[in-house]
Amino acid sequence: MVTTVPEEELRALAGAVPDPELPVVSLAELGVLRDVRRTGPGRVEVDLTPTYTGCPAIEAMAADVRRVLRERGVAEVTVRTVLSPPWSTDDISAEGRRKLAESGIAPPRPAGHRAGPVAVALGPTRTAESQQDPVRCPHCGSPDTTLLSRFSSTACKALRRCDRCREPFDHFKEL
Amino acid sequence: MTRTAALALGDDALVLSHRLGEWAGHAPVLEEEVALANIALDLLGQARTLLSMAGDEDELAYLREERAFTNTQLTEQPNGDFAHTIARQLYFSVYQHLLYAQLAAGNGPFAPLAAKAVKETAYHRDHAEHWTLRLGDGTEESHRRMQHALDALWRYTGELFEPVEGVAVDWAALREDWLTLVGGTLREATLTLPQGPQGDAWTAGAGRQGIHTEPFGRMLAEMQHLHRSHPGASW
Repeated sequence: MVTTVPEEELRALAGAVPDPELPVVSLAELGVLRDVRRTGPGRVEVDLTPTYTGCPAIEAMAADVRRVLRERGVAEVTVRTVLSPPWSTDDISAEGRRKLAESGIAPPRPAGHRAGPVAVALGPTRTAESQQDPVRCPHCGSPDTTLLSRFSSTACKALRRCDRCREPFDHFKEL
Repeated sequence: MTRTAALALGDDALVLSHRLGEWAGHAPVLEEEVALANIALDLLGQARTLLSMAGDEDELAYLREERAFTNTQLTEQPNGDFAHTIARQLYFSVYQHLLYAQLAAGNGPFAPLAAKAVKETAYHRDHAEHWTLRLGDGTEESHRRMQHALDALWRYTGELFEPVEGVAVDWAALREDWLTLVGGTLREATLTLPQGPQGDAWTAGAGRQGIHTEPFGRMLAEMQHLHRSHPGASW
């Protein structure tokens, strides 16, 4: 039993660990679990990638992954943090996006919204969102929402307010 | 060579992160408090990665003396009023965004971190540019304070473009792009790009050589005292 658990099962176990700050999504859905591989009898190595370089949740994620794999009989679990290729909000699965929206967090739009250099066109209209793909209110679905702050309760979210139902909400910002 | 470079870039991120953290509990509005803390957190994450490339991150952060830090003097400047913090953020985030973009495009030892951090600093830059616009083109008082802050910090900007051994970027292009971007933002914000020298006899390149301004020692004392008083303490 100790070393016979297939890698796929270990991967599923590690992937099912909930994100410590957004427990509605799992590490697999968030796209931060990069690899799970057996490196020897009773030894498994796991690669995690942080959403943001300074994301403090990575340590809790590593501890949770170690715990669930040890409980499944793996004697030694090594969790490595890998930076490359950099994580993008495009790595969040469709299921992950659905769950974010369901819990009141507007999911990220395609990361192309942030590709390339920051727009240098300044002026009163600069914060206006692209009309083709507005951030929609996760509560009422309205496309009329206002950016309150680029930074919110965690590094990965921005704070917005719906102009129709007036509810403030978090937006998982594109990275 | 990589160690010198990792320390220079890592110290910039660490020191500015600490300065921004000093706003916790003092920012003008709650959203801004959260924003500055988030920017500080990004910088701290970058600093940890960079300092770990140079040695033990905790030893480097908590046990080095002032003269061993190689951050630019701009990053250690006190927060001052909100305009000073935003001026420092504008000067530094535009520089860091351009620097990381160049490093990310290469294949040196900093490319993996830079590819990740360039996306984070794009938001820092966005934040600083919007505030610059709002303060510069806001009230007469906010305009006056913002211009004063830009002028006061200008002489620390030259050092940003002093080549660092082991950092493979085109420094001349970096400076040119920086001037274009900062100049454009200031124009839009009805502010004036300071005209004086970007460094003087004792500021040019001094921070990179371990020579710091007077407020830095006090900042380090606060940053390091817990670790020095209780070696090995943990949560």
